[in-house]
Order: sequence, then structure tokens, then C-alpha cells
Amino acid sequence: MAIARGTPVELGAPGPVPTDLGRFGEFGGRYVPETLVPALEELEEVFKVAWASDEFRAEFAGLLTNYAGRPTPVTECHRLSERLGVRVLLKREDLTHTGSHKINNVLGQALLTKRMGKQRVIAETGAGQHGVATATVAALFGLDCVVFMGAVDVERQALNVWRMRLLGAEVIPVESGSATLKDAINDALRDWVATVEYTHYCIGSVVGPHPYPWMVREFQRVVGDEAREQSREILGGADPDIVAACVGGGSNAIGTFAGFLDTDARLVGVEAAGLGLESGKHGASIDRGVPGVLHGSRSLYLQDEDGQIKEAHSISAGLDYPGVGPEHAALAASGRAEYHSATDDEALAGFQVLAETEGIVPALESAHAIGWLAREAGHAVPAGSTVLVTLSGRGDKDAAQVAERLGTKLP
Amino acid sequence: MKLESHLRARRDGGAKLLVPYVTGGLGAEWLDVVRAVCDAGADAVEIGIPFSDPVMDGPTIQEASQRALEGGATPSSIIAEAAKLDVDTPLAVMTYYNVVHHAGYRRFAASLIGAGIDGAIVPDLPLDELDGWGDAADAAGVETVLLAAPTTPDDRLAAICERSRGFVYGIALLGVTGARDEFGPAATRMGQRLKAVTDLPVLIGLGISSGAQAAAAAAAADGVIVGSALIARLLDGGGPDAAHALISELRKALDA
Repeated sequence: MAIARGTPVELGAPGPVPTDLGRFGEFGGRYVPETLVPALEELEEVFKVAWASDEFRAEFAGLLTNYAGRPTPVTECHRLSERLGVRVLLKREDLTHTGSHKINNVLGQALLTKRMGKQRVIAETGAGQHGVATATVAALFGLDCVVFMGAVDVERQALNVWRMRLLGAEVIPVESGSATLKDAINDALRDWVATVEYTHYCIGSVVGPHPYPWMVREFQRVVGDEAREQSREILGGADPDIVAACVGGGSNAIGTFAGFLDTDARLVGVEAAGLGLESGKHGASIDRGVPGVLHGSRSLYLQDEDGQIKEAHSISAGLDYPGVGPEHAALAASGRAEYHSATDDEALAGFQVLAETEGIVPALESAHAIGWLAREAGHAVPAGSTVLVTLSGRGDKDAAQVAERLGTKLP
Repeated sequence: MKLESHLRARRDGGAKLLVPYVTGGLGAEWLDVVRAVCDAGADAVEIGIPFSDPVMDGPTIQEASQRALEGGATPSSIIAEAAKLDVDTPLAVMTYYNVVHHAGYRRFAASLIGAGIDGAIVPDLPLDELDGWGDAADAAGVETVLLAAPTTPDDRLAAICERSRGFVYGIALLGVTGARDEFGPAATRMGQRLKAVTDLPVLIGLGISSGAQAAAAAAAADGVIVGSALIARLLDGGGPDAAHALISELRKALDA
């Protein structure tokens, strides 16, 4: 069956339910202050019931179709393929309403918020994409919305800050710690501890305490489910040799991988290598992190010798996080997925090459996956292989930052 | 079970309990601050081991944690320094789970016992995730204090009290640590609910900064924990004398 724009979204079957308080192998769990435990138990129960209900799934699929503009296409990149000597397909999450995959998850969580009878949502945001998606859906549903954003990110993502305020959200710059995504999550958790009785915390990635990593993966698996069918159509029934996506917390990657776990495709997550893995200034939590507990789950985190969390670095705010979702940590441990990285400079090269060859300006986050592919084509990605890359979002938000980096100061 | 037996003895003797919190490694005089609060009538002292991402803490303790870390404090340096404390008052560390996890349960528990520290409070390690650390702590003789919240349902409250050692920490309000002007009925309700299900010492903490608030919170419980109000004085440049003055004032209010 063809999956094209304009056809209604049909959700695939739900994925496996993690056991033992949200364990993925030795990762996951629910490490939170006691105050939040009852709210997480309620959320888990409400999600479990909703996700098994035809009524909820129809409502969710309807919003994905008629509001978010799904299904998104898979675009074959002829000119980029010719340049790299591999066959490149792009899953186009940049074409959703609000311009990134984040909207999928937010629509699902907003429906749950209504079911729980809560009137206020809070969110953290790095690049601003999740904040914009949350502010957008809060406007749609008539919910009060507060977005926590690191002060550094408020600076480098001014356009998205303005968009969120236009949409009626309050944006709170977070000055503590490294003033980036990690600290935005800290302050969102601090708000939630005080407001949990009437507030839902709409976490934007597959991180956090159970049930978030599972629930967010399920709301994002539509990306992978669609991409599998669409790439089979293009490839005459075959699956891509490689399926790749960028990984910060990892929601676009896990949503994509969910559609391909039972295929023979190599699954590749691309982390932020920042100024280089040896520089210590990067966001490569799988490559360089060790097991630890932060923001509610046991996973891999960048830490010093005492267990203090280190600051991450990435040119892209969305990958500037010193941890990764627990399911990715488990996929890395089991070997089912492999994780590589791309530097700031390689991401910039990816940003430019996609614009030049395909007329598509990717988000800096997604540009890491393109940058990795451009570097590895003919090496880790054998010549002639087929590669599906998820383009998690569009790059308009990054235009000013990249222009300045490349030597043009925009007015 | 030094922490619990000491607090029980004091309570059963008719006293209301007072447990101050001091951030370990905050300033060169932090050990003298601990000695001062003991001298002023503390029944136990919480020593904070700072963590980079303290999600249960408001601005005051965040600031103190950051200053201590910038001053070079580490979990092992704080525990080693605490070993030098020559006080009869029981001590407990308060830290976040990653610090414990990173050190390793058994190593961390052994280091506490080696330093003469009796208890541990880990606010992001709830009952359901306690197993690994809880078993190691029990085996080593470290008393792990659990927290109960206003949102905790009754059946879970009983389970928390059952598993808690030393005392049970009743959270006075919905929110993070930090002094509050208003003192709501939630603290009283928390004390009543806990006293109804346990014989463990029940201490109420979060937001308590004045003698009047301490006395009000302790009325329905066995005592109070005071953190940010004390830390704020230290951040403002106060030292052992300022700490002694505040804890004496609270002691007096509780004894009145």
C-alpha cells in the first residue's frame, strides 16, 4: 500500500512494553523524587489504556494527518547520491507542521494531558523545536504552556523563542549550570515537583523516568513505520542497507529504528562530536559516557571521576546534552544499533551539501547524520549501498547561526 | 542503628527533634559549622554531598552546591573531612543517587561507616528503586532515610515507613527546597498522616525557616529539618557563629 501525502495516517502495531519499571536491558527505570511517583504511575496507566484503545489511536492518527500533515514523504536524493556514490533516501520530518518530528510526540502527550484533566503543560527545549511544538499544540488544545530553555540556547535560537511567545507560551531562560538543555530539564523538573497536581510535563525526547522513554518512542514510531513502507516501495520491496539518524536524547532515531528493528538494516545513530571526541567538548554520551542516573533514568552520561555530570558541547542546541535515552544505551550494549559521531565542522558540511545538491536545508541536528554519511560514504558506508537518513527537522532556525559561522553576519 | 536509636531516645524523652542541613565543602569552616549546630542543640546533622544537577533543590542549595564544587569539594573529600568531626550527634549524608551509583553501593556504604556517618538520604531514589543501594546500606549498617510526599497515597506511605531507617522524612509541601514565607496546612497534614502509620521518628522538612514555622510543623510530628534558611546565612557570609545563632533560636522555639 502506498503511503503518500494526503492519505490518512494508519498507525502500525504498538511496540513491546518494557518490563520492570521501564527497563531496557540494564537501563531505564524511575529515579525521581517521591513527590512525582504517583503522577508517573498515573501517566503510565493512562498511556497504557489509551495506546490500546481504538478511539485514542484514531484521534491521534487524525491529528497526525490533518494537523501535522503526515504522512511525510521519503525523498530519493539523486544528486547527493551521485556525489557520494551511495543511494540516499531522506525521511522528511522537516515537512511536518512546525518543521520537526517533535510534533508527533507532543500531539500524543497533549491528548493524554486532556485525559488526565490537567490544564497546564511544561516542556524543556534545546534547539527550540520541542518548545515550539509544545507551544503550538498547547495553543491548539487551549492549554497553559511554560517552556524552560537554557539561556545560552535562548541566545542562539532567538527565532524559535519569538515563535513560542507568539504562540502564547511563557519562555523561561534557565541560567543555572551550563544554561543549556540539561539545565532546562532540571528546572522543568523543579517546576513539576511544585505543580504536579495540575501540570503535565511534556518531555520532548526518549529520556526521563518510566514511562517517558517508552511512551515517546511509541508516539514517534510512526516515523519508522512510514519510512519502512515507503523505502520498500522505492527499493522494490527491499529494506535499506543502513538506517541512520542523529542522536541527542534520541527520539527521532528511536522512532525511526522502531520501524526497522526486525529487518536486516544496519541501524546507525550519529552523536555530536562537537570540537572532536578528544577535545572533551562534545555530546557523545554513548561513545564516551558511563552508566549513571540523571533526569529519572539509568543510562549513559558524560561524567567526571566523582559522578558529577559534565557539560556537553555541540554546535546544535538539540544535541547539546550529556546523556542519551536508555533504549539507545541498551541497543548499543546489545549491538543491534551502532553509534558514531560527527563534529561541528562535519555537521556544517552536511548542512551545506544537502542544501547545494538537493535544495533542502536541514536542521543542524539532522545535519550531523548527513555529515557522517558524507564522511563515511565509500568507507563505513560501502559504495553502492542504500541509506535511509531521517531528517528530523528543517534548518530555518539555524540560518543566522550558520551564516555567522560561515562569515556572513545577517542583519 | 545509631541515628534511629538516638532520635527515638530524644523523642521519647519529650524533646522535639531538630536536624539542620549543612552543605559539605561549603567554605573552609564547614566542619566548624557542623560543630556549631551540634553545640546549639541539633539532634542529628545532614551533610550535603553536592551534585551537579540537584533537581530537588531550590536556588539557595543550588548555589551552595555550585560553590562547594567550584571550591574543589568531592564526595570523597567531604566524607574524609567529616571523619574528623568529633561530635556525639549522629550524622547522615544527603546526596543524589548518581553520586552513590558512581562510587558503587558497597564502596559508598563502607566509606560512610568508615567516616562515622550513620545515615544516608537520597531524594531521587524512591522506594521502588531502592533495592541495590538499600541492601548494601543495610548490610553495612547505613540507615537509609526515605522520603514521603504530600502526593503519596496512604498504602504507599505505610510501605515507605516500613522500609525507612533512622527516621522518615515528610516533605512539607509540593516543591523544591527553599525558605518560604507562608507555611501551609500541608506540613501538618503530612505529620498527621505519617504519625498515624509509623512509630519511626517523623521529621518534617522543606520550607521551614523560622522558629514559629518549626514549632508549627513539629506540633503534628516529632521534629523538623532545616536547610535553606541555614545555608542562606552561610552564603551571605555568615560562619559558625551565625549558624549557632539560628539553630539556638530554632531549638528555643521547639523547646518552648
